[in-house]
Amino acid sequence: MSAASSVASILEARAGAGAQSAPKAEARSLSFFYGDFRALNDINVVVHEHRVTALIGPSGCGKSTFLRCFNRMHDLYPGNRYEGEIRLYPDDTNLLDPNVDPIEVRMRLSMVFQKPNPFPKSIFENVAYGLRVRGERSRRALSDKVEDALRGAALWEEVKNRLHDLAFNLSGGQQQRLCIARALATDPEILLFDEPTSALDPIATASIEELITDLKRKVTILIVTHNMQQAARVSDYTAYMYLGELIEFGRTDELFIKPRNKQTEDYITGRFG
Amino acid sequence: MAAITEHISKQFEADLDTTRTRVLQMGGLVEAQILTAIDAFGSGDAALISQVIENERRVNGYEVAIDGACNHIVVKRQPAASDLRLIMGISKFVTDLERIGDEAEKIARMAKAIHEHGGNHAQRFPGVRHAGQIAVRMLRAGLDAFARLDAAGAAEVVKEDTAIDREFTSVLRQLITYMMEDPRTITPALEIVWVAKAIERIGDHAKNLAEQVIYIVKGTDVRHTSFADIQREVARE
Repeated sequence: MSAASSVASILEARAGAGAQSAPKAEARSLSFFYGDFRALNDINVVVHEHRVTALIGPSGCGKSTFLRCFNRMHDLYPGNRYEGEIRLYPDDTNLLDPNVDPIEVRMRLSMVFQKPNPFPKSIFENVAYGLRVRGERSRRALSDKVEDALRGAALWEEVKNRLHDLAFNLSGGQQQRLCIARALATDPEILLFDEPTSALDPIATASIEELITDLKRKVTILIVTHNMQQAARVSDYTAYMYLGELIEFGRTDELFIKPRNKQTEDYITGRFG
Repeated sequence: MAAITEHISKQFEADLDTTRTRVLQMGGLVEAQILTAIDAFGSGDAALISQVIENERRVNGYEVAIDGACNHIVVKRQPAASDLRLIMGISKFVTDLERIGDEAEKIARMAKAIHEHGGNHAQRFPGVRHAGQIAVRMLRAGLDAFARLDAAGAAEVVKEDTAIDREFTSVLRQLITYMMEDPRTITPALEIVWVAKAIERIGDHAKNLAEQVIYIVKGTDVRHTSFADIQREVARE
């Protein structure tokens, strides 16, 4: 065993990111087209269960496009086309199968966006929204679920006495945690974060990052970020993408200390020209 | 490490360059310190001895300044990948250089004591001077490997450490015989042991430097591994 791999195994054990993590999802030969433009080219990657996987790369590299494939967001615009598969385990569903209902996909894989986007409703109704769509009618069940989700998003203590206030009255960081609570309410298996802290100050950013680390006990997380230090801090695995291609995928500490690929090296060291 | 593209930030590039240059300057000074100290061991020249002792302060100053520069870069740039390894490597590199400086000072102080006894004891042990030459060669090759980011060159330095160890054992054996033949030589002979030991330590520190170069270039921590492992690592693309 080489020295590096023994150190990596020690770090891994300490981080609780044991090597043995079942695959939760897997992109297989995934390509994506905006009309004629090929935005993703033959991506193959495994998303590990209860781990945070970060997607990094320069603007236009396809990382957000890739993230959006997971909850079929591209279906909302005509002319978009997927090729290949995204398998969700353990049931081995191909998320991109036209026979799979995108609404159901979005319940299982919830998205949190760059800017907090609460609905113009109360805090309670924001979180209850997905549950109502799903057909939940019981007041009791709704309020239990809302509380769970708000606790899960570390927001409960701050809002429990004003659940019926308008969500817009919350601070930016609170609104983003509310969006996370809304995403959690439907018990998703994967949370998709698209630059969740780029509109937040450093304190709110730290609390969201802390939350992401807590949440991975319950869910699997895929996060797009422009902030490489954030990727290094929160993720267990990192994928570097460039021009629609997956250039390198690996354990985060290895990728940031000893990337295998020259392009990855240039990007993360700020040599990208 | 193949062709290195420049950083987008020219200031970052300049900071790294300055730090690298300072490490090499410090290395040059430390090398001169050992050479002077070994000369002083042979000759007992008081001027050389005080020169080494005087310059030791400069070596320490370099260590503090370079460490500060590394902290500065970490805070300002959050270096990653090869930059991170370079900064971490330099931070350890200068610790070893400073220790080599300490050993040179120790040799100079011992030289003073040995020659104060008179009796020309130092000249009777050419093995000490020879080990010193190997130590200087190792340091020079280590610095050269650092300057050129040459992992293969660094591996050669690691290999050479056994030559010094062998020389040390041989000097020790001669000294024991020397002391047994005439117990009056015990005090100067013990001082020569300290000099030989200091040179042996310089070899160890030079080996550490070389291991840091391999870490910087290859990203693999080769400390506490066998030479065969190091060779395999260095050969790996």
